[in-house]
Amino acid sequence: MASDTLQSTSHTGWRAWLLTDTPASRMQARLGQLYLGWRTFRSNPLALIGFLIIVALVLMAIFAPLLAVHDPYAQNLDLRLRAPGEDGYWLGSDDLGRDIWSRIVHGAPITLQIVAIVAVTAPTIGLLVGTAAGYLGGWIDVVLMRITDIFLAFPRLVLALAFVAVLGAGIENAILAITLTAWPPYARIARAETLTIRRADFIAAIRLQGAGPIRIITGHIWPLCLSSIIIRVTLDMAGVILTAAGLGFLGLGAQPPLPEWGAMISAGRDFFLDSWWVATIPGLAIFIVSLGFNLLGDGLRDVLDPKRKSA
Amino acid sequence: MTEELLRVEDLWVRFPTPSGKVVEAVRGVSFSLGRERLGIVGESGSGKSMTGRSILRLVRPPGQVQAKRIMFHDQDLLTLSERKMRQVRGNRISMVMQDPKFSLNPVMTVGRQIAEAYRLHTGASRREAKRATLEMLEAVQIRDPERVRDLYPHEVSGGMGQRIMIAMMLAPDPEILIADEPTSALDVTVQTSVLRIIDRLVKERGMGLIFISHDLNLVATFCDRILIMYAGRVVETCEASRLHEAKHPYTRGLLNALPRLDEPKAALEAMTRDPAWTEAPSVDGYL
Amino acid sequence: MTDTTAAAGRRRTAPLVRRGAALLSTLGVIAVTMFGLIFVTFIIGRVMPVDPVLAVVGERASKEIYDRVYFEMGLDKSLVEQFWIYLTDVLTGNFGTSTLTARPVVEDIARVFPATLELATIGVIIGIVFGVPMGVTAAVYQGRWPDHVVRLFGLFGYSMPIFWLALMGLIIFYGNLDWVGAPTGRVDVFYQDIVPPVTGMILIDSAIAGDWTIFWNAVSHVVLPAAILGYYSLAYISRMTRSFMIEELSKEYVTTARVKGLSERAVIWRHAVGNVSVPLITVIALSYANLLEGSVLTETIFSWPGLGQYITNALLNADMAAVLGGTVVVGLTFVGLNMLSDVLYRVLDPRARS
Ligand SMILES: Nc1ncnc2c1ncn2[C@@H]1O[C@H](COP(=O)(O)OP(=O)(O)OP(=O)(O)O)[C@@H](O)[C@H]1O
Ligand SMILES: [Mg+2]
Repeated sequence: MASDTLQSTSHTGWRAWLLTDTPASRMQARLGQLYLGWRTFRSNPLALIGFLIIVALVLMAIFAPLLAVHDPYAQNLDLRLRAPGEDGYWLGSDDLGRDIWSRIVHGAPITLQIVAIVAVTAPTIGLLVGTAAGYLGGWIDVVLMRITDIFLAFPRLVLALAFVAVLGAGIENAILAITLTAWPPYARIARAETLTIRRADFIAAIRLQGAGPIRIITGHIWPLCLSSIIIRVTLDMAGVILTAAGLGFLGLGAQPPLPEWGAMISAGRDFFLDSWWVATIPGLAIFIVSLGFNLLGDGLRDVLDPKRKSA
Repeated sequence: MTEELLRVEDLWVRFPTPSGKVVEAVRGVSFSLGRERLGIVGESGSGKSMTGRSILRLVRPPGQVQAKRIMFHDQDLLTLSERKMRQVRGNRISMVMQDPKFSLNPVMTVGRQIAEAYRLHTGASRREAKRATLEMLEAVQIRDPERVRDLYPHEVSGGMGQRIMIAMMLAPDPEILIADEPTSALDVTVQTSVLRIIDRLVKERGMGLIFISHDLNLVATFCDRILIMYAGRVVETCEASRLHEAKHPYTRGLLNALPRLDEPKAALEAMTRDPAWTEAPSVDGYL
Repeated sequence: MTDTTAAAGRRRTAPLVRRGAALLSTLGVIAVTMFGLIFVTFIIGRVMPVDPVLAVVGERASKEIYDRVYFEMGLDKSLVEQFWIYLTDVLTGNFGTSTLTARPVVEDIARVFPATLELATIGVIIGIVFGVPMGVTAAVYQGRWPDHVVRLFGLFGYSMPIFWLALMGLIIFYGNLDWVGAPTGRVDVFYQDIVPPVTGMILIDSAIAGDWTIFWNAVSHVVLPAAILGYYSLAYISRMTRSFMIEELSKEYVTTARVKGLSERAVIWRHAVGNVSVPLITVIALSYANLLEGSVLTETIFSWPGLGQYITNALLNADMAAVLGGTVVVGLTFVGLNMLSDVLYRVLDPRARS
């Protein structure tokens, strides 16, 4: 653009190289994009907070044995339902005299495990289904998308409940049920992206060079789907945590005495008016962690999704 | 012809971009407008639309408008309150936008959109507005105004949409009309009829017209005076009738790039651009 | 004027056939989706369990009961036959008998559904009344503090376990302030089953019966769960409104409206909101459907005698017929609401109408 004028001339060395309008190589362009993305991300304090929350969760999960001051399973019926701060219980004790802080800390790996498994499996299934439908088209597309729609036709929690009802309660089955209900949106996204990419000229060019469908899908379409999928995964994780907590709360997810946060709320339900902390604190933990994922997801969307980038 | 309706002095429009640079869309443009047809010509991105929108103070954020003054009669539009400015918009200075497909509200009938503009500034009753709407539709040569009034924008053709737009913008009887490429989204066949309508209404009402276009030929035949814009600046200004005397190499380049039947050329010339054009100060286009 | 006649001609010949075909294909999609829905519940109920009979009768059932149920469920037949029977049963409204209430599941559902509908309806009204203006405000002030406040408020809603929020609400508004009724369902225990059920919705029924004591008692019970569901619906509606509005406000016709000299209020509320109201209907329908899900957990906390509580009770008591029946009904409602929003869309958007 002829009328562009460089207002701030403070860009020096590598920064000017990253921000150049005329990158010399694909790598330089990509790094420049990444750098710009990072700057957008960094300038969004909420996203940064979200990121820090997730980091804290991971650290908590890793160092759980060190952070816990009590054995999370050790009962002490003499010290039941102690309020926060009493008798050395920072966050109080539950109805069996177990230290809530230690249980929260030991609940972190459980939450993280659920999140990690669903975050890997559901998008993978969705990506496979969606790209297959979008790339192959025809009746395969119709059939696969109808199946996807059917799964989308159930509210997630209700379908997960039904699955758990037959599979039996337990954390593994809860994860399986959540995965089974979580993949359809990814399939939709992947299909939509595949359809737009498939029509792009550069795919035609690649095809002319003799690339087969597998190579086109794995080498060109999947990488391009990735950014929308990542955004969706991050935003979805909050929902996954909430669904898992809901199943735990209903007694269908993690089973006692596992310190899963949803199940802990459920345990506090019987005396929530007198001993509010037993139900309140694990709920706060769930809230903070899913808020972290939501904030991070929102921030990532601003960075990664060029269509929605605000002016 | 010498009465000055509008005077723009040293207008700048800037857009800060995420990477910290500032795009200067308009750079120190000055001109004035009487009861005449003033053409602004320039290639895409040269800042024509931004100039037009600055007058109505409708450049959207993050765009920033700055000028010494924008005098409309004896008031400076830049210092008016937003409330006062609203009484200028539509009522005294109006604008016809490029593409009727996007610039009419898709979920409102065209009749309601015209009546809305009319009632806003005249305080007319519903019935009176209805009558005025039909009258305006007739004035822009729409055959069956009773029927067209109840249509939605997607139900009318481009040429009809643009005439509806003109009817809407002229209903409150403004003194100045800014027409931002009013015909470039239309078929060539309907372009002339739309232009003729604008021309007639502007003449009949003694309005000032700012006609924005990238088509030098069209502007030369349609306007009285021309500003040539390049990279946010006015590089040359002249009477339309004396365009052939233009000196600036950019204008000359544009003129030479036009195919002519009487002087056939083997190949049209591609213009070579001199970076100095970008740097040279803006020429003022006062009356 | 050739363009006038051309447009008119196009309009008049907008063929009925095409519209009929579109309607048929929509109906086809719905039929297939419903079929699939029933199929999925069939799989869940009959194929996935190792022993579907055991899932129904429980482990302690005698041999006779086991055998009777085995044949009742038609497990001696092939899977295709079983599915055919199941399908016709469901389509004729036969979901089997609940082992928990010993009544047909359909009757149970018909009894509990109005309670959920009542709660969800109030919730979604709260969501619309607050969510739409908040979303509009956020979009108008995009990137400035009102936007951040609205977004954060919405994100909080997205991040809280609904049952936890319900408990917190009870601790504060029932336990400490005593502003709302106890979590004993729709009215206090001693008022239960007094007003004759007409619509099944207690607010309406008590008003019909003219029993204002019960009416106000019901209000005090519905406020908190409805507000909590309303918050969830608000979070969703405000977020979607915001993103629709941001897109809408960048469109050219908004500038046209400003050129006319309209006030910012008219530009936003008459022009831009007028345009987003159509897609918003879809969002509201979806939010309604989501509240069905939210009600599963909320009803449990408030002992609200609705579909959510029915399903969870059935789940905890291994009452498979009731679980599947409830799931099918929730799924059908979901599909129905989607269909409704689709139809409304066609009716309300002039671009889709012709
Ligand atoms: N939101 C924005 N951010 C950054 N730059 C912008 C923005 N809007 C416009 N510009 C810049 O302003 C300059 C002038 O734009 P303008 O619309 O006035 O051009 P124009 O002469 O009307 O072109 P056209 O013939 O294409 O309509 C362009 O170079 C464009 O890059
Ligand atoms: Mg323009």
